[in-house]
Amino acid sequence: MRSGSRLEQALRAGRFAVTAELSPPDSADPEAVYERAKVIASACDAMNATDASGAHVHMSSVGMCALLTRAGYETVMQVSCRDRNRIAIQGDLLGASAMGVRNVLCLTGDGVQAGDQPEAKPVFDLDSMTLLRTACILRDKSMFLSGRKIDVAPKLFLGAAENPFAPPYDFRPYRLQKKWEAGADFIQTQYCFDIPRLRQFMAKVRELGVHEKVFILVGVGPVRTAKSAEWMRANVPGVWIPDEIIDRLKKGGKGEGKRLCVEIIQQIREIKGVAGIHIMAYKQEEMVPEIVAEAGLPLRHAGDGTLDVPCQLHSGD
Amino acid sequence: MFRFLQNSPHALELFYAGTAKALSPFRKALTKGGRMERLFVHFEKWTKGSMFDCRMCGQCVLHSTGMTCPMTCPKELRNGPCGGVRPDGYCEVLPDKPCVWTQAWHRSQQMPLYGQEILHLLAPVNRRLKDSSAWINSLHPETLHPPAGWQQ
Repeated sequence: MRSGSRLEQALRAGRFAVTAELSPPDSADPEAVYERAKVIASACDAMNATDASGAHVHMSSVGMCALLTRAGYETVMQVSCRDRNRIAIQGDLLGASAMGVRNVLCLTGDGVQAGDQPEAKPVFDLDSMTLLRTACILRDKSMFLSGRKIDVAPKLFLGAAENPFAPPYDFRPYRLQKKWEAGADFIQTQYCFDIPRLRQFMAKVRELGVHEKVFILVGVGPVRTAKSAEWMRANVPGVWIPDEIIDRLKKGGKGEGKRLCVEIIQQIREIKGVAGIHIMAYKQEEMVPEIVAEAGLPLRHAGDGTLDVPCQLHSGD
Repeated sequence: MFRFLQNSPHALELFYAGTAKALSPFRKALTKGGRMERLFVHFEKWTKGSMFDCRMCGQCVLHSTGMTCPMTCPKELRNGPCGGVRPDGYCEVLPDKPCVWTQAWHRSQQMPLYGQEILHLLAPVNRRLKDSSAWINSLHPETLHPPAGWQQ
């Protein structure tokens, strides 16, 4: 065990893990975070707090994790290189561990042009690989990148992202291996709507033996309508949705997005080397427990103890 | 101007290996901060600029990245493509440009000498070396050392 993280425990015990993305609110109200967390906690091992995904400002991942950890929730704090340099990031990693964050997802981040403030300065001082290695140095060597000693090293289970559905396809498995070399313990992938492509990717990953070194969680999510699928394909960086899927959504009508998501999960479970799924149900958190149940996965707890804890904590503030 | 040369990655890697050998005897004469460095900076800007659209990061890794300058990636990624590459192989940030890393990967496959280097992890960029001579820096390895925490 590297971190004492409950996600790590579940994965090392060989349980098919579920993580879920928590949409950050555009609000300074902590209740907005707790309301959504409460909905997905029963269905996942850990919840991801995104870091200005799509280059849109929302409540920060550090802020969300501060709220969630004090309520006893298991979080995956996402850290992107777009907005902060190495000095800020290393400080955040120490702070995160101090707050009780045990899982960190190291990302490069979407370009600023993807958001509503494209005039912002993109930082990209580190990239996802060097960020991973930096976090690894903090944890394992108990020092900063500069070599300066840390009194108590952060305990972190380190994650990285991979997108098997974006070119250059034959480089992706090697890139995954590179992320393992940089220090990744687990991987969360981009949305999977293309099972044949995922099978191809995993075959190469197994050939390289990387699936035995890192835990791979495949990204899934319900799409509301064919129209929103088309919008995602055109506007969300890295999302690939084949035409057949969009046709199916057009014909299927209401609820087809969820049925499709459940089917994809069932197919993913059959693929050797996959350790779990990562559900991204943007602003549809209420669907997460239904999806997990319908996919035949046991419910679980990303919250410690009862689900009422956050509200009690909050009312006492 | 000479951008087409990038499509002959094997010739370029041979040229790279040759230049590295040819320069090494002049290590003592080519010091940091001297007049020669200013000359080299102009020369590198002109040659590598016209060939690779070089951004003068001062720590050239072209042979590790398929003879394609990674600093021309809008995210300045030196360790592989991001997850946003479009299905047609074009850039997430600049949709009318091919992704630097799809090109780098493709070209590295045609490089028998250094092609495997693309699989190795590179250290974070040393931002202090910007606008200095990468060739002179490479003769003085101490300037290219990664941060202390990274090395040990």
